Amino acid sequence: MLTIQYFASIREALGQSSEQLLLPEGISTVAELTQHLALRGQHWMMLDDNTQVLIAVNQRVADRSAILHGDEEVAFFPPMTGG
Amino acid sequence: MSESTPQTHIHISVQTDDFDLAAEYTQARQQSANPGAIVCFCGLVRDVLAGQEQAAAQQTLTLEHYPGMTENALMDIATQAADRWPLHAIRIIHRVGTLSPTEQIVLVVTSSAHRSAAFESAEFIMDYLKTSAPFWKKQVAGAKSEWVASRESDYRAAARWSAPD
Repeated sequence: MLTIQYFASIREALGQSSEQLLLPEGISTVAELTQHLALRGQHWMMLDDNTQVLIAVNQRVADRSAILHGDEEVAFFPPMTGG
Repeated sequence: MSESTPQTHIHISVQTDDFDLAAEYTQARQQSANPGAIVCFCGLVRDVLAGQEQAAAQQTLTLEHYPGMTENALMDIATQAADRWPLHAIRIIHRVGTLSPTEQIVLVVTSSAHRSAAFESAEFIMDYLKTSAPFWKKQVAGAKSEWVASRESDYRAAARWSAPD
């Protein structure tokens, strides 16, 4: 099972902070996962925006080419603004 | 005379509570054998409406973070600093939750034998923290609220540490 987490402006736009998802058939990268989630329409399409949405896999910032096996923790969030 | 690289004491905390600068300085000082320089950097919440009608009392800054990843990212940054400069101690405290203007938000303390290492490493840690630790700020002023946008200048500040000499 994938655990997907959403933070900050993305969490607010999507109206949820996390979900569990069985890795859909034929999906093996973060890019494919975001395309799959974008099919939900409306705000979900924002996940495909490379510049405004960053991704972490197992709590490390990752590229969209990162491989998924199905048991990862994937997170979507805007550029960081700490400090 | 060569100086061996000291073992660096690293302390990371993500907390809602305020911190005591003097206590953190004392800790870093006690953890350092023969420290020659200790740099303490404090970041405070700015009053973004300063000079305007709206009172500071109507403003807040709320910090959200990614529990688990945040601590790992800060430890990563501290470890990189410890690899790069001869440091005795590094203390990083970042507050989360809702804060008001003038409150303390972030603390970086670095301790070394010499001031240049202490100054440079503190700046390095702050520059990296701003762009690679998963914190997000939401500014609320009266009825208006908005997520703070990331700044290009912060990315340039972080990038200069990896530029070739």
